[in-house]
Amino acid sequence: MIDNNTTKKVFVDASRLITEACVQAGADVFIGYPITPANLLYSYAVARYPEMMAAPDEITTLQWMSGFAAAGKIPVTATSFPGYALMIESIGMAHMMELPMVIILVQRLGPATGTATCGAQGDINVIHGSLSGGYQLPTLCASNYDDCWTLAGKAVHLAAELRSPVVLLTSKEMIMTLRSYDWSQLPNIEKIKLNNETKASVYKPYAPQANLVPEYLPYTQNKHQVRITASTHNQAGILQNLAPEALENSARLQEKMLKNLDTFTYYDYDKQEGAETLLLSMDVSSQATREAAEELRKQGKKVSVLIAKTLFPIPQVYLEIAEKYKKVVVVEENFDGQYRKLLFGYAGRKGVSGINGIGKMISPNEIMEGVNNE
Amino acid sequence: MSNQAFLSGGELPFCKGCGHTGIAQNTEKALQKMGMNPLDVIMVTDIGCHGIVDKNFLTHTFHGLHGRSVALASGLSAALNNPDKKVIVFVGDGGATIGINHIISAAHLGFNLTVVVHNNMLFGMTGGQPSEFTPQGFKTPTLPDGSHKNSFDICSVISSIEGTYVRRVTGIGDFSDALAETFAVKGFSLVEVMEMCPSYGVKSNPGMKLKTVVEASGLQTEVFADTDGRVFQPNKKEQTASLLNPKYEVTAKFSHNLSNKVKIMMAGSAGEGVQGAADMLAQAGMTAGLNVTKKGSYPVTVGVGFSAAEVILSPEEILYNGLYIPDVLIITSQDGLDYSKPAAKKMTTGTIFIDASLEAPETGAKVIKVPFREKVGARNSALASIFYYTKKYQSFEFEALKSVFATSKLSAKIDINIFLDL
Ligand SMILES: Cc1ncc(C[n+]2csc(CCOP(=O)(O)OP(=O)(O)O)c2C)c(N)n1
Ligand code: SF4
Repeated sequence: MIDNNTTKKVFVDASRLITEACVQAGADVFIGYPITPANLLYSYAVARYPEMMAAPDEITTLQWMSGFAAAGKIPVTATSFPGYALMIESIGMAHMMELPMVIILVQRLGPATGTATCGAQGDINVIHGSLSGGYQLPTLCASNYDDCWTLAGKAVHLAAELRSPVVLLTSKEMIMTLRSYDWSQLPNIEKIKLNNETKASVYKPYAPQANLVPEYLPYTQNKHQVRITASTHNQAGILQNLAPEALENSARLQEKMLKNLDTFTYYDYDKQEGAETLLLSMDVSSQATREAAEELRKQGKKVSVLIAKTLFPIPQVYLEIAEKYKKVVVVEENFDGQYRKLLFGYAGRKGVSGINGIGKMISPNEIMEGVNNE
Repeated sequence: MSNQAFLSGGELPFCKGCGHTGIAQNTEKALQKMGMNPLDVIMVTDIGCHGIVDKNFLTHTFHGLHGRSVALASGLSAALNNPDKKVIVFVGDGGATIGINHIISAAHLGFNLTVVVHNNMLFGMTGGQPSEFTPQGFKTPTLPDGSHKNSFDICSVISSIEGTYVRRVTGIGDFSDALAETFAVKGFSLVEVMEMCPSYGVKSNPGMKLKTVVEASGLQTEVFADTDGRVFQPNKKEQTASLLNPKYEVTAKFSHNLSNKVKIMMAGSAGEGVQGAADMLAQAGMTAGLNVTKKGSYPVTVGVGFSAAEVILSPEEILYNGLYIPDVLIITSQDGLDYSKPAAKKMTTGTIFIDASLEAPETGAKVIKVPFREKVGARNSALASIFYYTKKYQSFEFEALKSVFATSKLSAKIDINIFLDL
């Protein structure tokens, strides 16, 4: 029971928490192009970010963000699938250039323009396949309001620490619903500062440090030449065709994510002794999944719950946990179970099934029926 | 004048006789004339033959995507916000074709940078395809009969935007003064350099002279606009207030009667206060110590059609914020009825409060007709419905709702008594 004297309950949407967390974490500028259901993030940004830029389209948004990132700022944007689709080539550019930024992707119902005012979880594959060549964008996904706060802050930190675009994946009902929420316990978020010095006498923009992340110098300084490029390049940032050093540099882009994955692996594992069924979910479906698990347990059914908060790169531990269960039920609001197929492949695995749907939130009842009918 | 090198001195990466060579060399000369420090210059290059020259520059270099270089440079320039730094963009006529919107917007917003359009009238890197800049009669390997349209006149287009500096030069010999004058502009400047690609342009149009093509296509080599000093002003704030304002905190001072959660769907028409009323109901629940969620549903055009809201009131923590099947459905208009028919059909228990003017939907729930619209008018019907619900259902103290209403802006406009005797 929470002590009533210390709780501070507010009636808020999660867009507010995300915006505040990003700014406290050190985001310098919001660059945006309007799109439902990301517009609350845009409106809050106008009031809260130190700097705000209204871009003329989403390609420009990502290009401006890259320009800001190269000048030592951490930019944030928020969009939905149609905007994200336009951004993809530029996100690949920023990833190859190793520029810090956060892209908040608020999922809505597709395909195409679809229904702007309806939530969905249909962009998991798009994020997974955003980068040509099998590379992954670090992708965090909040399962509740606490996460919206913590992971938004972490997304900004991660962008700076990894020198990479980071995706914060969410959806309409997660960030537009108003809730009573106790914000007295929100953990403090530290403000991150981008490095702007080097220990090297001759700076190489793509020379990896021990954690495989290169030192970062912005164009604002004039002591060291900075070369930033999205073409295959060597450590000096000079275009190369297929020189071994350049290919090594490209491979490093994925190795740096995997090497540091432990520092950003977030999940909830609610394990019930003796359970043979694992419910696995993410984003707004996590809440229905948690509620279904509570109900099932009340009915005497044993279930464990795994909530994935780091979606990409996929942490190995998810598969290790899933391995322990006869049955795995993956709950996600899309047509055919995108995350399930990424985890278990198209061939699937005996005992793995999905609860999916489009056009409405998946309810605890549907999950319970799914589990009981197994 | 300084003699600092801006180019590394190695061979430039272009075919013999390529017009790009002259632009790189004249750029170095112009920057020397201006006395610039190489590391105060950022060369932003597009994808195309002209773009691979970045490795020869001793400035900072920034090499991105095809057609997007001007947008990339715009972001950089806005972030630098420093008149002592020089941002120069090298883009081809191909890049200017695919990215024309970025050039227009950079000119319009007045970013402090110079765009150097390398207009060789075709796509060099990809094998000599035509661009929007290919002039009439000009042949390319994929356009053997020659172009049937006039070339795109970027200088006319951009100079029509207020506050820009725009000029066209023929890229033969020493044109470093023209470049230096353009680079010296504070604000947006563009220089289009007419040049030839020997590998595809000259080969496809044997004997054709650059000067002749330029003249024949009616492209003037002159200064089109010469405004200096209209520079983009960033939208920056020294200090912004936290969004976690204590004014949003709600103190529980009333009591409630719920032992289980109640799921309420409100369905009405846009402009009839459904969202505001739902917010108020949820907030009233909070002042009575309940946990609440409120989720809105409406078409993209918020001003017409249905407007629906889902409110959950619960003594326990709420996880799932959907309704699945509502316990209470409040319908205040025909739009709302049309929207909520499927929900009504699913209800086997619970209550539906529906405006007296409407026909009851198919349902297993108890239906109560209330003359909301007749008594308080369409605009206040949703508000009336939450007063009615609260009084009837007693989920929480009626005073909670009255007090939330009294502190809302609406209380100045609407007399609360109209809701009390429904
Ligand atoms: C989005 C995209 N589309 C197409 C290409 C292929 N491409 C590379 S260079 C180029 C055209 C280059 O022509 P131009 O910009 O005039 O430069 P030049 O090679 O003549 O210097 C094209 C179409 C690309 N890199 N990216
Ligand atoms: S192909 Fe044409 S544009 Fe490209 S370098 Fe050769 S001459 Fe220049």
